[in-house]
Amino acid sequence: MAQVSLSNIRKVYPNGFEAVQPSDIQINDGEFVVLVGPSGCGKSTLLRMIAGLEDISDGELRIGDRVVNDVDPADRDIAMVFQNYALYPHMTVEKNMGYGIKNRGASKEEIARKVAEAAGMLNLTEYLTRRPSQLSGGQRQRVAMGRAIVRDPALFLFDEPLSNLDAKLRNQMRIEIKALQRRLGTTAVYVTHDQVEAMTMADRIIVLNGGRIEQIGTPSQIYHNPASTFVASFMGAPPMNLLEGRFDNGTVMINGGTALMPSPLQRSGPITVGIRPEDVLLEPTGPLPFQVDIVEELGAHRLLHGRLEDQNFTVHVDKETHVSPGALRIALKQDALRLFDVKTGQSL
Amino acid sequence: MAELSTTSDTLTTAKAQPVRRKRIKISNIVDHAVLIAGAVLMLLPVVMVFLTTGFEDTDILRNGLRIDVGPHMGENFSNAMFERSGFTEAITGMRMLTNSLILGVGFALGKIAISLLAAYAIVYFRLRFATLAFWIIFTTLLLPLEVRILPSYEAIQRLGMTNTYGGLIIPLIASATATFFFRQFLMSVPEELAEAARIDGAGPVKFFIDILVPLSRTMIAAIFIIMFVFGWNQYLWPTMITTEESMFTLVRGIKQIVAVLEGGTIPEYGKSLALAIIAMIPPVLIVVFFQNWFVKGLTESDK
Repeated sequence: MAQVSLSNIRKVYPNGFEAVQPSDIQINDGEFVVLVGPSGCGKSTLLRMIAGLEDISDGELRIGDRVVNDVDPADRDIAMVFQNYALYPHMTVEKNMGYGIKNRGASKEEIARKVAEAAGMLNLTEYLTRRPSQLSGGQRQRVAMGRAIVRDPALFLFDEPLSNLDAKLRNQMRIEIKALQRRLGTTAVYVTHDQVEAMTMADRIIVLNGGRIEQIGTPSQIYHNPASTFVASFMGAPPMNLLEGRFDNGTVMINGGTALMPSPLQRSGPITVGIRPEDVLLEPTGPLPFQVDIVEELGAHRLLHGRLEDQNFTVHVDKETHVSPGALRIALKQDALRLFDVKTGQSL
Repeated sequence: MAELSTTSDTLTTAKAQPVRRKRIKISNIVDHAVLIAGAVLMLLPVVMVFLTTGFEDTDILRNGLRIDVGPHMGENFSNAMFERSGFTEAITGMRMLTNSLILGVGFALGKIAISLLAAYAIVYFRLRFATLAFWIIFTTLLLPLEVRILPSYEAIQRLGMTNTYGGLIIPLIASATATFFFRQFLMSVPEELAEAARIDGAGPVKFFIDILVPLSRTMIAAIFIIMFVFGWNQYLWPTMITTEESMFTLVRGIKQIVAVLEGGTIPEYGKSLALAIIAMIPPVLIVVFFQNWFVKGLTESDK
């Protein structure tokens, strides 16, 4: 168990490509931190730098109170779970799980005891003598987890561990991993491109884009107060509606004529307005016109895709609300608007 | 065979369902005819050689190869295996068989060890010019032993390795083909495996022995079969490098027996034919027993 601190960590590849811009991250002891972002955003690179599989170009990495920039992966006291499990195909589950501590000189009894303990925790006891090829995807993922647990490391690293599983199993494993991490109290860094995984599992989320940290915060902070249009559109399904608007006479307006709210800032000029789809109410006397084009039926709720004036807009309604395509009027919930700078995309 | 089993099939189905009769397709008959003809064509010479070992040398000299069973088969085989022969009377068939086995096994294992290590170095280590090194190894395919036989002989002779197993095996064990096979195989092993092993605290040697060698075992078996047969059949190099008869291999020993013809005595045909049959047995056994591994190694791998 340990806190992890990254100061000014940077990754530049020999060809000059800067995969990770100088970043500062503090991860507390026992915390579950999720790195999320689209592919190529540098999240895996960051994780691999923490693991020691990639060199750190600049900056300082501490695990516990030790600077580990030049420490071999084997000596960093970490365990990693890979996307394709990376189990040793010719070894039984038992051997796979015990290999790490065997290399560290653990006695036979100790290996057997720790493997049995981890297997019990993961419901793998009856599979100990099988080979990875005789297991299902979910079981293989459990073995990979078991291999990490047996090591009893200071830090778990997960590199998109669930993306090879089917949707149902993924939901189940999500909960299992989170519960296991809670129980063991081990600090964990988890990489994913799936914003649902990030939202549900994280104590804190780090949103990355283009090698840069967009925002660090709890899932609720990230969702309700996105720091940029990128975070706003990346987190949440469906994403936040982003409308072109402008400040005019102390009012936030869209499409020239439709006033949304009094301006909180003394500014003028264009602006991006963000509205979460569920922060909208259908009201016959509402101030805004909404043209529904498509109703997406999702069982528990419905999504109305259409146009607000002439900009794309999505509204989230519950299953009791029946709507057919056509013209409607809507109102906004209180405090529903988020304002972003048009040029930088930063929250205002 | 084929006709027989088809008939019995027809009989059983006829009993169960008197109305339906299994029809023999013309194309089936043609297929089998071609196969049988091919098999006979390939096997007949071997059968003739085998049957001819049943006759005395003078008989063979008069009548040529035979396809009937003769009385002297046991005698010829036992002479071939255990009678001392050659100019110095220093060699028996057993000895030649042993020499051949040492050559075949040493040749195959040496090739596997060297090429697997070379492939490991090329694939897993960030060597400067690794690709260049690989292609240089690969171009040695253009330089088989026959091309470099004089310098090779010169080198071995100066090292004093003529008439030793080392001299017989070592100059032959560098193998571009095997290196290429192993390189392709190792490149297909997922990179995460190496990374997982690194985090699990396995260094380069441990990773090689604990992970890569067991993973490559079907591949190793396949290459062992190919290389064993290849080594077993070596003729030119053993002829060059072994002058002492006690070092002769089977393949070259057979020739030695027949060569006596030039001396004016009747060559020991029965014995040499028996040796030829014996020389065929080990490669055949290896292929028969290991063919499952062989096919596995070349087609699938459990990664």
